Amino acid sequence: MNLFLQQVINGLNVGSIYALIAIGYTMVYGIIKLINFAHGEIMMFGAYFAFIAATSFQMPVWAILLLVMTIMAIIGVAIEFVAYRPLRNAPRLSALITAIGVSLFLQNLALLIFKPEPKIMPKLFPEMTFSVGGIDISSTTLIIIGLSLVFMVLLDLYIRKTKQGRAMRAVSEDKDAAILMGVNVNRTISLTFALGSALGALGGILYSVAYIQIYPTMGVMPGLKAFIAAVLGGIGIVPGAMLGGFIIGMVETLTKAYLSTTWADAIVFGILIIVLLFKPTGILGKNTREKV
Amino acid sequence: MKKRVASVLLAAIFVASIFIFAGCSSSGSKSDVIKVGFIGPTTGDAAIYGTSARDGAMLAVAEINAAGGVNGKQLELIAYDSKGDQTEAINAYNRLRDQDGVVAVIGGTLSGETLAMKDIMVQDNMPVLSPTATAVDVTVDAPNIFRVCFLDSYQGAAAANFSADTLGAKTAALLIGTGNPYSEGVSAAYQTAFVAKGGTIVGSESYGTTDKDFSAQLTKIKEMNPEVIFVPDYVQTVGPILQKAKEMGITSTFIGADGWDGVQVDYAAAAQGNYFTNHYAADSPSATVQNFIKAYNTKYTKVPNSFSALGYDAAYVMAQAIKTAGSTESAAIITALAATDYSGVTGNLKFDANGDPKDKEVTIIKIDGGQLKFVTTVVNK
Repeated sequence: MNLFLQQVINGLNVGSIYALIAIGYTMVYGIIKLINFAHGEIMMFGAYFAFIAATSFQMPVWAILLLVMTIMAIIGVAIEFVAYRPLRNAPRLSALITAIGVSLFLQNLALLIFKPEPKIMPKLFPEMTFSVGGIDISSTTLIIIGLSLVFMVLLDLYIRKTKQGRAMRAVSEDKDAAILMGVNVNRTISLTFALGSALGALGGILYSVAYIQIYPTMGVMPGLKAFIAAVLGGIGIVPGAMLGGFIIGMVETLTKAYLSTTWADAIVFGILIIVLLFKPTGILGKNTREKV
Repeated sequence: MKKRVASVLLAAIFVASIFIFAGCSSSGSKSDVIKVGFIGPTTGDAAIYGTSARDGAMLAVAEINAAGGVNGKQLELIAYDSKGDQTEAINAYNRLRDQDGVVAVIGGTLSGETLAMKDIMVQDNMPVLSPTATAVDVTVDAPNIFRVCFLDSYQGAAAANFSADTLGAKTAALLIGTGNPYSEGVSAAYQTAFVAKGGTIVGSESYGTTDKDFSAQLTKIKEMNPEVIFVPDYVQTVGPILQKAKEMGITSTFIGADGWDGVQVDYAAAAQGNYFTNHYAADSPSATVQNFIKAYNTKYTKVPNSFSALGYDAAYVMAQAIKTAGSTESAAIITALAATDYSGVTGNLKFDANGDPKDKEVTIIKIDGGQLKFVTTVVNK
């Protein structure tokens, strides 16, 4: 039983990071119906910037988080402005291909700037182990799960309670109607990219703290899994992305623990296929009739 | 009209390519240098292994040339990047053979890429000396392929003998990278040898090649509480595993293989007190070793790892073979390679019928305070 609980905590640890990254996918999809494949690279750059801030400037943790999330928010907005905004009225496929292009561009840019050898993330959080009823939990795990939850709750409140949050929901529901109601669509979309990228950067920092290596292709796999998490929870729905992230993390860890390590990825990707076949709208998605 | 233009262009390209290739091969045979190829990953995940082996070989070639070259000619080492990718490695080999006209090849560096090139190399009867490819199949049914390093199975058995004899371990767990022939091969040999010594394998966990999260597997191993945990993989994978194990409070001793070389640079604290099998020890008192380290440090301002040492020995052995052969004919070089008797940085080198090193000593290294410390040598009989 203890062993099982230990594995559940391992699952929560991975899951909370997937959830953070999944939010970025889902917010962007919700508002401009684009799967932003460059999101994994946002996460990767976030990790690199945190590495630089921590090693070259010896900044305290709170400053690193704040600075890197701000920088990545600005970069996220810049990417939208340069790569996606000109394609706002183009077919969705063009924007999707552009997203893949941006993703490859950022990966190779990182390869050029930072070189392929992995960088080792220094320990940002104090290292301690707590034993609760026979289960060992490291402080890093606690902080990762805690920070993720705090930021997810803040985001949810922001979207539900503030004026800008309401504008986001309006644009996501019906862009043209939102324009008629006086919502500044461009600014709202920029804000969405900023928030999504900031959380993606946080995901990247936490991922590199948990798995210590930072390298140019580090965003690919967690990015894909977070994307599956977003689809599983219902793409476009923020609480769905969080739920999906935790489920994917849990499935992955428990598969490794009790079934087979070689099948873990296959099962995670199998989930994507099953969701797309039987409930394309995801767990929290409602079946809406296509408007004609 | 368009079609005709295209066909004329194509014809022109064909004709031009004939001249280009003809030009290459003739310039290769006429010149006063002996060209030897090198293949290994110098970019990508495994870049550290390719660059180290290449730098070692480059240093040896520079020394050989400074001492007058081979048979009155200068050696030229032409190194191509395999990126650790099998297709890239085959392309690199074809380029070395067709464009550069090399007489022999040092490489590949990784087992996978070497196996991929093996069939073509055997067909061409190219003299090949791999510095570092440890998979069993590399030299099987390939009279022209030799290697400097000992085999996966040989060092796996050496690690097991060390665990049982020197550390006195009775229980061991394995952590294996599935889909990685290196990790699987060494683990299998370890298991056989450890059981033969009367030990028990209490558990065997695995992970995929792209996995970054090892918490599920380590949680299970921690529960088994083995005396030693055998994790033969490369630094990029081993580092995070050791780090996670330390975070989780696992106190068992970790044992690794030569892929661990370099783990002390980035993961000193996590690797503290653990052991691995290697090809040579930098703190060995041998003059050959110390001279090599000094020369390497002067040229690259870096401390050599065992891949550099193997690359260095490989270049010397190849040069010696070409010298003994007295020509650059493939068959003569291969005969000379088979009769090698060389004492280098990584120990005494003689080849058996397969082209593998015979009774080579395996060095056991301990990671202590961010340094690699020589512990003992093991020879499996």
